[in-house]
Amino acid sequence: MTYLTKPKLHHPTLQKNKVGYTRRDYEGKISTLCAGCGHDSISASIIQACWELDIQPHRVAKLSGIGCSSKTPDYFLGNSHGFNSVHGRMPSVLTGANLANRELIYLGVSGDGDSASIGIGQFAHIMRRGVNLTYILENNGVYGLTKGQFSATADAGSKSKRGVVNRDAPVDTVSLALQLGATYVARSFSGDKKQLVPLIKGAIAHQGAAFIDIVSPCVAFNNHEGSTKSYDYVREHNDSVNRLDFWPTRDAISIDYQAGAVIDVAQHDGSVLRLRKIHPEYDPLDRVKALNYIAEHQAKGELVTGLLYVHPDAEDLHAHLNTVDTPFNQLNARELCPGAAALAKINAALR
Amino acid sequence: MKPKRIESINDFVIKFANVNGSGSASANELFARSILRMGVPVSPRNIFPSNIQGLPTWYEVRVTEKGWLGRRGGVDLMVAMNPQTWNQDIAEIEPGGYLFYDSTRPLPQSKFRDDINVIGMPLTDICNATYDDSRQRQLFKNIIYVGALAALLDMDAGAIAELIGEQYKGKEKLLKPNLNAMQMGRDYALAHLKCPIGLRVQRADAVGKKIFMEGNSAAALGAVYGGATVCAWYPITPSSSVAEAFERYCKRLRVDPETGKNKFAIVQAEDELASIGMVTGAGWNGARAFTATSGPGISLMTEFIGLAYFAEIPVTVIDVQRGGPSTGMPTRTQQADILSTAYASHGDTKHVLLFPEDPKECFEFTAQALDLADRLQTPVFVMTDLDIGMNTRLCDPLEWDDAKQYDRGKVMSAEELQAGKDFGRYLDLDGDGIPYRTYPGTHPTRGAYFTRGTTKDRYARYSEAGPDYVDNMQRLLKKFETAKTLVPKPLLSAALHPARFGVIYFGSTSPAMAEALDALAAQGIYVNALRVRAFPFQDEIADFVAAHSKVFVIEQNRDAQLKTLLVNEAHINPASLISVLHYDGTPITARFIVKEIAAVTAALNVRPLKKDKAA
Ligand SMILES: Cc1ncc(C[n+]2csc(CCOP(=O)(O)OP(=O)(O)O)c2C)c(N)n1
Ligand code: SF4
Ligand SMILES: [Mg+2]
Repeated sequence: MTYLTKPKLHHPTLQKNKVGYTRRDYEGKISTLCAGCGHDSISASIIQACWELDIQPHRVAKLSGIGCSSKTPDYFLGNSHGFNSVHGRMPSVLTGANLANRELIYLGVSGDGDSASIGIGQFAHIMRRGVNLTYILENNGVYGLTKGQFSATADAGSKSKRGVVNRDAPVDTVSLALQLGATYVARSFSGDKKQLVPLIKGAIAHQGAAFIDIVSPCVAFNNHEGSTKSYDYVREHNDSVNRLDFWPTRDAISIDYQAGAVIDVAQHDGSVLRLRKIHPEYDPLDRVKALNYIAEHQAKGELVTGLLYVHPDAEDLHAHLNTVDTPFNQLNARELCPGAAALAKINAALR
Repeated sequence: MKPKRIESINDFVIKFANVNGSGSASANELFARSILRMGVPVSPRNIFPSNIQGLPTWYEVRVTEKGWLGRRGGVDLMVAMNPQTWNQDIAEIEPGGYLFYDSTRPLPQSKFRDDINVIGMPLTDICNATYDDSRQRQLFKNIIYVGALAALLDMDAGAIAELIGEQYKGKEKLLKPNLNAMQMGRDYALAHLKCPIGLRVQRADAVGKKIFMEGNSAAALGAVYGGATVCAWYPITPSSSVAEAFERYCKRLRVDPETGKNKFAIVQAEDELASIGMVTGAGWNGARAFTATSGPGISLMTEFIGLAYFAEIPVTVIDVQRGGPSTGMPTRTQQADILSTAYASHGDTKHVLLFPEDPKECFEFTAQALDLADRLQTPVFVMTDLDIGMNTRLCDPLEWDDAKQYDRGKVMSAEELQAGKDFGRYLDLDGDGIPYRTYPGTHPTRGAYFTRGTTKDRYARYSEAGPDYVDNMQRLLKKFETAKTLVPKPLLSAALHPARFGVIYFGSTSPAMAEALDALAAQGIYVNALRVRAFPFQDEIADFVAAHSKVFVIEQNRDAQLKTLLVNEAHINPASLISVLHYDGTPITARFIVKEIAAVTAALNVRPLKKDKAA
């Protein structure tokens, strides 16, 4: 395979954000995925979200497992460190990385094979621990990179390209994340950038385990009639409960809605999640109701999307472990080593 | 006929046969420590089953004024407190040895042996008469027999009282009854039993400044001193107490006094796939991180170990070795993970191993492993075992030089990047095979790279080109050569006389080997001994083999794993090596080594030298 670098032709009119970067500065290498792959649209949404959030690209660490989806961190944020780790094991690597330096922004990118099969254990436990990250699951119902086998998120009854019908029950990663304690849970569609970009922004601003399940059609192996993860199927069955507008601060809010039509959720970092209600009865602050709602609508064959749950005052793993503010990777012998005098005392107590 | 009596001062083995969970462990340890307080070295060992309550457990104490800390083999005094294992316990006593037992319920003569000395004491009766509560009856029974043993062995009761005083300092409610129980046992023995027996403990001055510590605690303390901030682990005997001790020490030594916040993070992971993943992630991001595990954990970790090798990420693993799969034997000791760690993972990989001999080296090597992992950007294994890890062992006091700085290895700073220093993640700038790395988040436009396993060029760009792959693999070999210059050197114990034979040994075999060398010399068999302390092997090791006609390789595994590694990696002719292998789950003994070596030397027709004459 040849190695492609994107020509950096800075257009003078490219708009800069508050930290002085244009959108191009958030791009990465040219994608080697199939043309039309949902994963590429997700990369574009991540780029847009980071640019809009005025994040300095190098302050993001992007980690992934193995799969087509897990290759994508090479295709955005080219000035960030990336780690294409082990199939299904991104969560543990990210947890360790997060412990080492609490000041960076952590993006975890995974696929449905990566997260719902081989890595379901690690997926579960990173949610439980409340690691401060944005976990993006690019869900196409198949193993793209190994050429189209069903994954564990494939719906029972859905048909493979070769006509085989899946009989196993699907893993619903959103319900799992909710049960396991994720504090920001959303579902979206790679083809709905308007919905997706604010959801990613809200997730990045969230100070805890944020999970977004993004249905992302695989044009090579799972975009046919009979698939429940195709572009057509998702467009027809998308049941969006709300629309998110992300505001970095309360002062920045510039659009007013009539009372009752929106829910404002202030997050820990000062950002505001303004949710325009589509289903008036849907309450994204109630975890148990969210679980029920999703289950009910899933049974009807609908794909519930939107910001499904948020706990605005979430605590993260560092809070649980009561760690110091200084990143561990900046601590040295002076801060960490108890020294010879303390050792002499320890020796004395061992006699 | 009266049985003969073993007579010995400060040199015997006493074994306690107990029921797991009966509270005997702390009483037995009290006994061992009291002897230390009298200035006489002891070497205690736990022999325990894989369960928490009800199954047999043994505690063996070797009393050894000469300081031979290896297991001796054989038992001179059996404290038989477990009816379940009675027959096997009785059989183990040396002829002329002693049996101490609870004589509350009479036992038929057939239950005893006529070549041993039997000492019965109605422990249950005494307890029932003194305590109402059943738990108390059980717990104090242990202290009562310690008191009785003090009388039988002519021990200093003051030393025991002193220790009880230290143990229950500030807990007056417990102090008094424990002292009373000990005294009651002692008084009973003095009044009703023939004291002392032929085995006696006499005050000596053979302990000096030595400390008494478990290897796992020492390794944990090494991690604290070596600057580990992240510990991710999954419970497995015999390694769990490393993480537990790390937590204990950190709570004492690593809490910021001003903020009350922790300069450490300990995560009990969901499995070893996750614990090694967390360590890898933390290492990638520039924190010092370690995990502690045992053989089955190593098996699960191997995929990540390979990634860390290829992606060049510092990782420290403490492997407290045990037997094979499942439970039972696995909670006995072995040195059987040498090959599975040296070559862990898929693709061409080899890893740095360190072999500590005792708690002191567990401390030093763990701290050093964290330096080596950063310097070499690779996984480093501290290969201890159950025998060192889970037994309290007498060793020299731990030392630390306050002038020492951590070696964080080659990390390019924002300033260097800004100044335009050439950064290629896999570029060998210095000719030692070790590239530079950057921590994530260092510089806005320079130094970021995408970490992958194999498919890359010197600048970490995606490449599936064969020459790029080969270039990288060759550099990794060069880096492994560099590792040879950094890992602990082998240590030579030269025989008093020129020797045709050599012996190579490592790790927990050390105390048995020292004793064996002494015993062999007493028989006129002189061998030079080399203690290997690390892999990759330095040239000294091959030179040592070349300088002898035959070299024994002593190991505690079936398949001669170190020998295989020596042949494979140090290019040693296997014909020059003779394996001495001990792998029944008990720690190797000097007796075993002497027997094996003496048999071979006799067969090779080596006439022992007269003790006082050089060859
Ligand atoms: C231990 C291990 N087993 C198997 C594989 C092979 N493998 C690579 S990607 C993949 C599936 C990826 O599926 P998914 O996570 O859904 O990603 P997608 O390609 O669909 O985006 C598998 C099984 C591997 N890399 N590692
Ligand atoms: S195989 Fe499927 S998932 Fe992979 S790049 Fe192609 S379309 Fe995307
Ligand atoms: Mg997939």
